[in-house]
Amino acid sequence: MDKYFHSVTLDKDLCKGCTNCLKHCPTEAIRIRNSKAKIIKELCIDCGECIRICPYHAKKAITDEYEKIFDYKYKIALPAPAFYAQYNDVNIEILLYALKLLGFDEIREITVGADIVSAKTNELLSSNNIEKPLISSSCPAIVRLIKIRFPSLIPNILPFQSPLDIIAKKAKFETAEKLSISHKDVGVFFISPCAAKVTSSKVPIGIPESYVDGVISIAKIVQEIAPFYSKLTESGDDFSQSTASGIGWAKSGGESHELHSFNSIAVDGVKNVIKLLEDLEDDKITDIDFIECCACTGGCVGGPLTVNNTYVSQANIRKLIKKYQREPSCFNCNEEDVSLSLSIERDTILKLGSNMSESIKMMEAIDKLAKKLPGLDCGSCGAPSCSALAEDVVKGYAKESDCIFIYKEKLKTFMNEMNLLKE
Amino acid sequence: MENANLKLHYNVDKKDFINAGEASSSVKKVLRKLGVNPECIRNLAIAMYEAEINMVIHANGGTIDVDISPECIHVVLSDSGPGIPDIQRAMQEGYSTAGDNVRELGFGAGMGLPNIKKYSDDLKITSEIGVGTTVEIKVNIPS
Repeated sequence: MDKYFHSVTLDKDLCKGCTNCLKHCPTEAIRIRNSKAKIIKELCIDCGECIRICPYHAKKAITDEYEKIFDYKYKIALPAPAFYAQYNDVNIEILLYALKLLGFDEIREITVGADIVSAKTNELLSSNNIEKPLISSSCPAIVRLIKIRFPSLIPNILPFQSPLDIIAKKAKFETAEKLSISHKDVGVFFISPCAAKVTSSKVPIGIPESYVDGVISIAKIVQEIAPFYSKLTESGDDFSQSTASGIGWAKSGGESHELHSFNSIAVDGVKNVIKLLEDLEDDKITDIDFIECCACTGGCVGGPLTVNNTYVSQANIRKLIKKYQREPSCFNCNEEDVSLSLSIERDTILKLGSNMSESIKMMEAIDKLAKKLPGLDCGSCGAPSCSALAEDVVKGYAKESDCIFIYKEKLKTFMNEMNLLKE
Repeated sequence: MENANLKLHYNVDKKDFINAGEASSSVKKVLRKLGVNPECIRNLAIAMYEAEINMVIHANGGTIDVDISPECIHVVLSDSGPGIPDIQRAMQEGYSTAGDNVRELGFGAGMGLPNIKKYSDDLKITSEIGVGTTVEIKVNIPS
């Protein structure tokens, strides 16, 4: 798999080359070239902001079709707790039963993994030999953001797998053993609120392999079960293991809420996260033990692949928290099934040249050119800001006259010369 | 290698808490693009931010000159503020002359200069009462 695989992609036919995504991308990973958006794959973190903002729906997340589950003998659905929030007054048992009617043989809830991570985090925070504050590792867009933009904070990333990865592995191997079939015949499908989880299932960070075989969007499942879901009144089975604490992870503040005796904060929205991590890097944030970061505003319920309004979803989660007040069951988990086994490598993509001297020269050229540009950050040149254009020009990806103001000046000079020639 | 230096200049406004720290975050962005190692960037950012805040709290702002070479980052912060009467005392942890209005904002804990020293490879402070203070910070870049 390509190291820079992305689930966020562009449908060229629908793209009008406007500047909406260009201006909204938090990592400045988009340029407009030849009247179409282009995603710079090294910079994209799959946060999905462009999917949300594009008025022409040209930005898409590649997810799996639900029919892919039938490629496997035994099919397991892993619903994210954000899935429950799509319905007002939901009965989780009935909702999970609807998944079974779709063709899934078994349901393994992500909330169970969330409770495992909460317990492990509490344990870790109580030990002394750690770099505080810890930053949650559950949002893959944020982990990617740290790799690219805040490499000095890599040691602060919580050294545990996400609830999804923990449950995926458990589901696959426990089932294979129970049924005495090959784990390759067990299909594990995540029902996801976001595109970033697609990327992390294909190109995982911190673990050698992901056991998620497919990622289906929450929106797709909501659509698939719509014809019959509202008619269901009974599940006939009480198989939900969800707890208030696990369900709470669906919204911003849920993960940190479980770390009762520690000083934690929850930040949501990728731009707010960037601001906070900048401050953390500058040592402006002190006395904080844990930072929960979600790229999506409102937490996972605000994911681009959800259907319900983020704030209504948050209210739904609050209702479920009240309803599912019960203690998490005890789970036997080996350390290796929970911990990240690979170190997270820093990305050096922001670096300009191949060595310091070269980079300094390029930076000087960028500075000089940036001063010449109008500073309007209009985006007409196809770069998100004047400084980004200056950098693109020096790197050789764009030319100075892509700036319409410089182009106009050049045209004016040219016209004057023409007039002189005429005389 | 003589000409491989990048020079940056910033003006810091007086009593501007909202924008204080802008110069250090701008330098941080530049250093990232130069490919300086993250620990080095972090050290410089912390030291420079503290010094920048000091200039806003104690002096009426001032100027910052940054000189980046492949070997080190050299920052000179100059102000024409009241000056530091006893530099040695100011270097002690917890010593502060900041007023309540500043402390209420979470500054003025007396960790400014000690922190700058902790995060820099070299720190030079020259000060004259009634004339101003110059703080020179050096952070080496390991090759």
